[in-house]
Amino acid sequence: MSSLSIRNIKKSFGNTHILKGINLSIEAGQFLTLVGPSGCGKSTLLNIIAGLESPTSGEILIGDRNVNKLSPKDRDIAMVFQSYALYPNMNVRKNILFGLEIRKVPKAEQEEAVQRIARMLQIEALLDRKPAQLSGGQRQRVAMGRALARDPKLFLFDEPLSNLDAKLRVSMRAEIKQLHQRLKTTIVYVTHDQIEAMTLGDRIAVLNGGEVQQFGSPDEIYNDPANRFVADFIGSPPMNFIPCEVVGSPSQGFGVKMNHEFGDFVLETGGDLKPWLGKHVVLGIRPEQITHVVSSRLQERGVSGHACPVHLCEPTGPDTLVTTSLNQTKVLARVRPDSAGTPGQTMDMMFDMTKAVFFDPDSGERLRFHLSQAA
Amino acid sequence: MAETTLDGKRSPLARALVYGPLILFAAYFLLPLVVMLLTSIKSMAEINSGNLLSLPTAPTLEPWRKAWSEMSGYFLNSFIIVVPAVAISTAIGAFNGFVLTKWRFRGSELLFGMLLVGCFIPFQVILLPMARLLGQLGLAGTSGGLIFVHVVYGLAFTTLFFRNFYVALPDELVKAARIDGAGFFTIFWRIILPLSGPIIVVCVIWQFTQIWNDFLFGVVYSSSESRPITVALNNVVNTTTTAKEYNVNMAAALLAAAPTLVVYVLAGKHFVAGLTAGAVKG
Repeated sequence: MSSLSIRNIKKSFGNTHILKGINLSIEAGQFLTLVGPSGCGKSTLLNIIAGLESPTSGEILIGDRNVNKLSPKDRDIAMVFQSYALYPNMNVRKNILFGLEIRKVPKAEQEEAVQRIARMLQIEALLDRKPAQLSGGQRQRVAMGRALARDPKLFLFDEPLSNLDAKLRVSMRAEIKQLHQRLKTTIVYVTHDQIEAMTLGDRIAVLNGGEVQQFGSPDEIYNDPANRFVADFIGSPPMNFIPCEVVGSPSQGFGVKMNHEFGDFVLETGGDLKPWLGKHVVLGIRPEQITHVVSSRLQERGVSGHACPVHLCEPTGPDTLVTTSLNQTKVLARVRPDSAGTPGQTMDMMFDMTKAVFFDPDSGERLRFHLSQAA
Repeated sequence: MAETTLDGKRSPLARALVYGPLILFAAYFLLPLVVMLLTSIKSMAEINSGNLLSLPTAPTLEPWRKAWSEMSGYFLNSFIIVVPAVAISTAIGAFNGFVLTKWRFRGSELLFGMLLVGCFIPFQVILLPMARLLGQLGLAGTSGGLIFVHVVYGLAFTTLFFRNFYVALPDELVKAARIDGAGFFTIFWRIILPLSGPIIVVCVIWQFTQIWNDFLFGVVYSSSESRPITVALNNVVNTTTTAKEYNVNMAAALLAAAPTLVVYVLAGKHFVAGLTAGAVKG
């Protein structure tokens, strides 16, 4: 049974179309992240799920109940906001219990809830404080506690970590994930941070321009992007996009031509690129698929080594990002620090084409090929 | 911070140059009040013989006693008008501000714009139509009528105050409360009003001063039983049957001004804090 279904949701203000027909559906207990650049409509979509805004057309189902006509309080949801939205005039205990109190839950049950939540989130010592006396991370916990108090069918998170500093964000991210694993709640989580989206979500919906660009598991989104936007948005540092010409023949296999200031080479591909022979495509290859040469791997299919000029080296610690240039395009490679070359010289780089993808140079759509018979 | 340290190093001469004129201006500004106070505790004989600024040789509270006996009834009248008028206009202003910022509807901005125009309509313009309306409502010449006029006239200002304060409160508070299950009135009463302390103080001081000091509406719409203190003061001062009693007049004027001064002294600190609270941070 699906826990949340979003059916052809549209939202327009006059001629401005914020959402252009969103279809998503998740199972009970799943963690859905909505990710996209600012202005893509993700927060609007979340507000529509919550009932804080109404869609121009389309349906929202929570469980198997159409909630279009229900007000937020009747939808059996809880929401955590970016600014936490704690009630400044109430202490932590009252903040957590406000929803229960409004719903006239018996006092004993309320007390039980507040104890359970305070223990779970380790905020027992803070119960009598006002929000102004809490740090950012503590406010974040209280906001989650308020959402957890009512034990709703669906949790909505609206960029809950973006007001925290980088270190706290990482640790809160892990806590949210742990909480989800433990409680098996259904969560919709909005973020503009692709790392949050990847680490937290069972399912990711990448939104742009009011449309779902791709909806899938983190693995699908990362390794099998539907188009150039998704490929570019997910992953840091982002995927390299190299315009190139398709060469080869059906009998000898196909490849794409690369050149740099010291020469050129052909990267062989496993796919049947015949329809594109002699034309230009865009090769998408992630930085971790261009590395230092590991001689034992050179025998593998789709793996080859080529000398490339080194323009820039950026050590990050575990590996060094080497910038080179192919077909007049900046290309990032991720290499072992001790193998990084010297700027101005060339170094041998190993290209792993097994996970490489191709895009239409005009539309940015993914080009999909059958595996080539030969080669 | 930098200026404070500069101040500390300023030479005594420079200080004198700054403080000298300031003290002079302050004295000039306070002079009328001093004259009023001095005059109000002199006997008429002393006023007629001495000059304005001379200290009283035989201070007496007799003028105050007389002023109070003439004014006390109107003092009460004023309170009967001011307290409900301030309370009602502040309450409606808070409610309007809440709706206009956190519960917007189609045309709410237009409505607010039209309300704002109310701040700029001179009193005189509405005198006649309001008199007719009060007559039709059966409120002519009553305290209720004056309360009504002041509430209507104050709404534009109180709405403006609360609207500008509430606009700085995060909308997410209201969203969170709605999801928690709170309705319109619960949100207003439990979430919004408890945060409104500073702006309520501003609004109350403003309205209290405006309504207490009002003369025009008071003189036009009141009858002899509902006359507010400002009108009574005018009658005391302009009475032509006997010789002018300057000492009693001064005492009466000070009595009439006392409540607004008290309100300022008690809540003035919050007034400034409240005025800037919305502008800086919600």
